Amino acid sequence: MKNIKQLATGLVMVLVLATGAHAASGGAVLDKAPGKTTDLASLQNGAKVFVNYCLNCHSAAFMRFNRLTDIGLTEKQIKDNLMFTTEKVGETMKAAIDPKQAKEWFGVNPPDLTLIARSRSGPGGSGADYLYTYMRTFYRDDTKVTGWNNLVFPNVAMPHVLWELQGERKPVFEERQEHGHAVKILKGWEQVSPGTMTQIQYDQTVGDLVNFLQWMGEPAQNTRVRVGVWVLLFLGLFTFLTWRLNAAYWKDIK
Amino acid sequence: MAEFKEISPNANGGEKLMNWVDNRFPATKLFKEHMSEYYAPKNFNIWYIFGSLSLLVLVIQIVTGIFLVMHYKPDAALAFGSVEYIMRDVPWGWLIRYMHSTGASAFFVVVYLHMFRGLMYGSYRKPRELVWLFGCAIFLALMAEAFMGYLLPWGQMSFWGAQVIVNLFSAIPFIGPDLALLIRGDFVVGDATLNRFFAFHVIAVPLVLLGLVVAHIIALHEVGSNNPDGIEIKANKGPDGVPLDGIPFHPYYSVHDIFAVSMFLFVFTAIVFFAPEMGGYFLEYNNFIPADPFQTPLHIAPVWYFTPFYTLLRAVTSEMMYVLIACVVVGTALAVAKAKIPALFKGLIVGAALAVVAMMMAIDAKFWGVVAMGGGVVILFFLPWLDNSPVKSIRYRPTWHKYLYAAFVINFFVIGYLGTQPVSEIAGRISQAGTLFYFGFFILMPWWSRLGTFKPVPSRVTFTAH
Repeated sequence: MKNIKQLATGLVMVLVLATGAHAASGGAVLDKAPGKTTDLASLQNGAKVFVNYCLNCHSAAFMRFNRLTDIGLTEKQIKDNLMFTTEKVGETMKAAIDPKQAKEWFGVNPPDLTLIARSRSGPGGSGADYLYTYMRTFYRDDTKVTGWNNLVFPNVAMPHVLWELQGERKPVFEERQEHGHAVKILKGWEQVSPGTMTQIQYDQTVGDLVNFLQWMGEPAQNTRVRVGVWVLLFLGLFTFLTWRLNAAYWKDIK
Repeated sequence: MAEFKEISPNANGGEKLMNWVDNRFPATKLFKEHMSEYYAPKNFNIWYIFGSLSLLVLVIQIVTGIFLVMHYKPDAALAFGSVEYIMRDVPWGWLIRYMHSTGASAFFVVVYLHMFRGLMYGSYRKPRELVWLFGCAIFLALMAEAFMGYLLPWGQMSFWGAQVIVNLFSAIPFIGPDLALLIRGDFVVGDATLNRFFAFHVIAVPLVLLGLVVAHIIALHEVGSNNPDGIEIKANKGPDGVPLDGIPFHPYYSVHDIFAVSMFLFVFTAIVFFAPEMGGYFLEYNNFIPADPFQTPLHIAPVWYFTPFYTLLRAVTSEMMYVLIACVVVGTALAVAKAKIPALFKGLIVGAALAVVAMMMAIDAKFWGVVAMGGGVVILFFLPWLDNSPVKSIRYRPTWHKYLYAAFVINFFVIGYLGTQPVSEIAGRISQAGTLFYFGFFILMPWWSRLGTFKPVPSRVTFTAH
């Protein structure tokens, strides 16, 4: 008995250690995204930022423009304010850039963003956390072709598209000794040149954009949760009835 | 053939109709045999609901599958987009898809629990060997069904998972490369693979699965259900020929099962509506990226229900081969020294062992990994003949048997977890220990299952009224 318990504890310990080691190798620590996919104002602002800044190079090939009616926009508003490259409101969001040119300029094709908030999830945090941190950790790096680098995605091919809003920043690292070798730890940021937004405004804008990306990854997600509550309420009641039905029959069995 | 029955002209319409049907099709007879006069032991516990629940999940999978096929396109260029079309544009398509993807995992949850029930209470022992064999075949068909279904969304994990697993077949000597080519229909996983996996997933394997389920239930109803005490209730019959400890399946176990179904659905729908990705275990994050043959993901892991067997595969490295060869040698030496069989048989055993060792040295460890993975499933088929315990149920076995079973379960979880993780030195060592334990548990069962002090088995089932 005792041996088995010890064995089990040992195995659990090993698992915990293995998971810990795995998590530590995941790269930069991710900041928590706001994750408010029910905030319509935020989603609408996010959609605006998305079509203005992202949709030039990235597509959202599974996302129809008229689905934006789900976040409180009318088809007319969508047509007048958000559609630059396509005519029909039922069409999906295609990038303005020619994929061949994109490949020439950046070395890779900018990935489709419809599901980016779902595919970037991992042990370190949700996909939204990843995107929220990613969009806020660009820094100047003259050794790179684009002149930009990123803490979450080192040597990323994408330049800092929102740099006019955020301004230029430089990470400040602290060297520390850990397990016998030097580790760089992010202490903070140094503003090199100012952007058109304050840091709080910028974080909010990125938050809105990430909210939108998260919503776009699964536009039915809020409906899903709403319906789910009713389904569970029904099943709770149904379970009570079947429990009593069962008891009514089984009282005869001695 | 039953005799043609006339019914009184005064009978009501319903009775006349049933009489008309029963004279042409044994509807009432079937209902009696399988429901209202199928006597099941009255002492079933919670472990006995997972058979019914497997049937429920099978129905969920078939029904949701039919609706998915209406909108899905088995074409490498369109498949990924058609799944997103289902998720976005098909009314309630997201619900159907999440039910199907959650159903796949739920199927394995209930089937693993169902199998473990059989293990605990010796449900595979005489006379239920065929029930067990049909069940193992169902498990095998289910694995094929799940594996081929997983390719269909055509995401990165679909593609690379299929690529890795199909490549394993190429490790088989002589026929391997051609076999892998035959499975893929191409030199890499591609459109041809997607089309044939679709055909297998939506019609071929489900047909086999349904046939096996029918055989499983017919065999079960022929011999009658086992129970947590492992006693044959047919040994104690009343004057009317009905087992004293048996109760009609319908209504007693049908109301029982409806209760279980509603509890199961509560958990199932909670996952469908609130956590359909289940933290990346039911829907892997990488699978939201369309399949890209030119970009290998950093870490390829099968879905959770395959990972214990995936660990058995990965555990067999060229180093591990020495350990396995040593096991074969020790096993043979013991057989020759201890077994009471004629010298001729001993000679044959030594010859066979030498041949196996020669093959183990000659053929690449990768192949033996595939053998271990397949063997991990196939060994289950032999359980009825591996278990030599004088009692069926764990209840009357020596206490240390229970701990051994507990260790088996913990080990299964550990190798399952390790199968989801990237390879590392320490994880590799634990996987190898876990693999040896997994096979040791079964291969040494004929020996250890006889050992210890067994408790007396009562003649009647233990039951307290609810």
